Amino acid sequence: MMNKPKEMNELLLILIFSAVVLTMPIWLSPLGAAYPDLLQKFAIFGVFAIGYNILFGLTGYLSFGHAAFLGVGSYTAVWSFKLLSMNVLPAVMFSVVLAGLFAAVIGFVSLRRSGIYFSILTLAFAQMSYNLAYSVLTPITNGETGLQLAKEDPRILDSAVVDGLPSTNFFGIELQGFSGFYFCAAFLILGFIIALRIFRSPFGLKLRAIKTNQTRMRYTGFSTRPYLLTAFVISGMYAGLAGALMACTDPLAGAERMQWTASGEVVLMTILGGVGTLFGPLLGVGIIKYFENIFSAINEQALHAIFDFLPTWLEEFMVLITHPFVGEGWHLTLGLLFMLTVAFLPGGVMEGIDYIKKKMSSKDTDETEGTSTTKTAEEGSSS
Amino acid sequence: MFLYRNQNKNKCRDMDTILLQLLNGLDKGGAYALIALGLTLVFGTLGVVNFAHGALFMLGAFCAVSFNKLLTLSKKVKDESITFFDAYKEQPYLEIWLGDTGTTIIDWSVPLSILIAIPVMLLIGLAMERGLIRHFYKRSHAEQILFTFGLAIVLQEIVKSVFGANPIPTPAPDIVSGSANLGAALGLGDNLVYPWWRLIYLMFSAVIIAGVFAFLKLTTFGMVVRAGIHDKETVGLLGINIERRFTIVFGLAAVVSGLAGVMYVPVLPPDYHLGMDFLVLSFVVVVVGGMGSLEGAVAAGFLLGILQSFCSLNEIKAIIPGIDQIIIYLVAVVILLVKPRGLMGKKGVMED
Amino acid sequence: MTAVLKVEGVNKSFGGLKALNDLNLSVEEGTVHAIIGPNGAGKSTMLNVCIGQLVPDTGSVQFHGENITGKEPYQINQAGISRVFQTPAIFSELTILQNIMVPALAHRDGNFKFNAFKAMGREKELEEEAMRYLEEVSLADAAHDLAASMSRGNKRRLELAMCLIQHPRLLLLDEPTAGMARHDTNRTIDTLKKIKEGGMTKVIIEHDMHVVFSVADRISVLAQGHIIAEGTPDEIRGNPKVQEAYLGGAEI
Repeated sequence: MMNKPKEMNELLLILIFSAVVLTMPIWLSPLGAAYPDLLQKFAIFGVFAIGYNILFGLTGYLSFGHAAFLGVGSYTAVWSFKLLSMNVLPAVMFSVVLAGLFAAVIGFVSLRRSGIYFSILTLAFAQMSYNLAYSVLTPITNGETGLQLAKEDPRILDSAVVDGLPSTNFFGIELQGFSGFYFCAAFLILGFIIALRIFRSPFGLKLRAIKTNQTRMRYTGFSTRPYLLTAFVISGMYAGLAGALMACTDPLAGAERMQWTASGEVVLMTILGGVGTLFGPLLGVGIIKYFENIFSAINEQALHAIFDFLPTWLEEFMVLITHPFVGEGWHLTLGLLFMLTVAFLPGGVMEGIDYIKKKMSSKDTDETEGTSTTKTAEEGSSS
Repeated sequence: MFLYRNQNKNKCRDMDTILLQLLNGLDKGGAYALIALGLTLVFGTLGVVNFAHGALFMLGAFCAVSFNKLLTLSKKVKDESITFFDAYKEQPYLEIWLGDTGTTIIDWSVPLSILIAIPVMLLIGLAMERGLIRHFYKRSHAEQILFTFGLAIVLQEIVKSVFGANPIPTPAPDIVSGSANLGAALGLGDNLVYPWWRLIYLMFSAVIIAGVFAFLKLTTFGMVVRAGIHDKETVGLLGINIERRFTIVFGLAAVVSGLAGVMYVPVLPPDYHLGMDFLVLSFVVVVVGGMGSLEGAVAAGFLLGILQSFCSLNEIKAIIPGIDQIIIYLVAVVILLVKPRGLMGKKGVMED
Repeated sequence: MTAVLKVEGVNKSFGGLKALNDLNLSVEEGTVHAIIGPNGAGKSTMLNVCIGQLVPDTGSVQFHGENITGKEPYQINQAGISRVFQTPAIFSELTILQNIMVPALAHRDGNFKFNAFKAMGREKELEEEAMRYLEEVSLADAAHDLAASMSRGNKRRLELAMCLIQHPRLLLLDEPTAGMARHDTNRTIDTLKKIKEGGMTKVIIEHDMHVVFSVADRISVLAQGHIIAEGTPDEIRGNPKVQEAYLGGAEI
């Protein structure tokens, strides 16, 4: 018999999470990852992955269209900077709303089918958005160049401020460097709290039930499509928020953010960390963005330096075999990581941790645990 | 076509335009059909959603590229035509050894690489199925998609690290590198010209498609495979080793899309993300045709190719801007919603 | 007595095969109505029509006087019809307690409610009720185990509890004891009898005559998509037509 799984107190969880996120500049510095640019990426992709997990993790619907929502978020935010104000708050609000609307339309159509057909529908919509952003929507997206700020932008609320290109601000606080990170981190924490509530709510339970047996859900009296659509729109809004945050820290937007392979990246993060778990996607973001940062910076000289301690022939050999995986070859490593995770650890790092935990605890309580399980099995069959 | 409304002297030119777009669509459709054919074959028999299928097309293209590179391995020789100073030029070994024959071989490198591509793609296909895909038969479709997506990334990154990121142009044989004056041949005037190679591509895809169908319809092996598409269990119950056949089917699919890639090289210089670009398209084609339906894949391939090329007409783009960019996806969305099994899909294949 | 469920002139064909042929059935309030018949007689098809899984070609299904033909499965469930499937249809990736909480939520929240910010931990009342129902099918001890790990018999009992917690006005049971060991069957009969005392109307499809004659108030015999006989267990037992068509003259 398994005991009731202990759920950590919500408030405590939120406090610990906030503390961990907000002290990232401190505890990540020994790892060499405590500079604002990378920290911002952690937070932004964290938001993206948390949101994606609400759809994929809870309902099992695999979408390749979320990059499109991210793109919509970015474009909206930049337009808000251009037309309205350099204040990031309206930009974020508009982005989330617009991405949500966009997601509602695409979700409404795509969710008429399930399984692989759903995936292909989202794929088709993502490609449509991407192609349009590159071609006829150029007046809105500025095509290949990408949408940028310009001196002559109207900015009706705060046009008279500066000469040169203005920078984004949050009621006067410029969002450069660490302030940019803290701004994103605040949304990461907010996003986490909302996801936590959803995970532990009746709504979340129903989404999970849809994942395991949607047919049963229908015969249990649930209209499943509104549930799926709600989850889809929520995760689309998260993607829009992530897109807006990207624009807030670096006010430009390009169509390549909308390509379907960009959705692949968030899928990878979610899977690698542990799909359907609360912390898994964040772990995945951390791992991928951290190693991307390190790996893509390594060049041949750096490799020689790393393997310096080896005899020359071995050093040459090690450099030779590791070289394709670093620097430009980071994507190769990423692809391999993807394959290995799906093949051997479909539950991601979180599954690995669980497995190790179980191993550790079964060492202590091996005897009692063993007998009690067999007993349940017997009870089960004889009762 | 509504272009006929234009009843003035341009009528003849409109006719040309339409024919030209039709041809454009057909050869584009040929490529779509070939890739989709392999994809749907793998769907139908193995039940695997293979996101690495586009990568096979790309690998085929790079077979042609590397064969060409191999043939043109050169050595620096003194350029005799320049007499003022010592100039050197690169001369392929092949020319040094074989003279004019060597030059001809190099000129024909793209069609010749078919001979190399068949065994190479077959090996790649067999290795992929036996080594990797096989272990995913029983996994969920989502996991299949994700795993093969990862595989596609790995393959394209390997190609990138070997061949670099830029497209590599490899010409068609000299004799067919020009354009055919179709207008004169059909008695429509001289306005209708079309590149020879693309006509050849169209013929080539027709031949391959016919070959695949003949193989599947006329041989015992093919009959078992088709029976396997309809009812895997029964075929298994008959004591037929269906799995070994599946391996061969996967190899066949790899060869078909590889060849599609080989011959596409002169049309579009390949780069490493060629596969990803064609992947989504070929999925769309398969879905429109009906999952697991071979005829559907071919029909949808040509249909979408033609549709796309007609939508790139300026007259149509003037009515609906950007339609050429999205028409294929739009059609796919509509088909998926109103005719969930595609144009020719059969009941029970990949139903959810 | 009023009819809870009324099936009137229902026809349903699959291709050339006529699965239901002018089917008429009336189930009275508070009774246990058993449907028996040989394999392929259309018993499961009939249930599928009743819960909206299939739409009949012609004819209608009425529930408490309301026409439910062609309605969505969730609407029919919300109207008060629950079904236990032949192969246990449960949420195997959830825990046993969660499995039963889901239908409890359906009963309380209706077909859609966006309660994403209420903590599951606060649903104490619902959880207590869920545990009571689990007690009833002796699964309370394993409440936090994954449903996938259960034996088939336990899965069936869980599914029964999942239907009962919805307080259905009509419960449809598709061979609730198929594949069960004898003692499991007896336990299920006990449970069924217990809910019978509660006055819930039930339609039960069953092959096991032992079960049928211990729980049923009325029996309908279905053959080739048509009801060929209907009556009390005693009437059916003595009906020669039934013995011929269905039982092949064997003693029951």
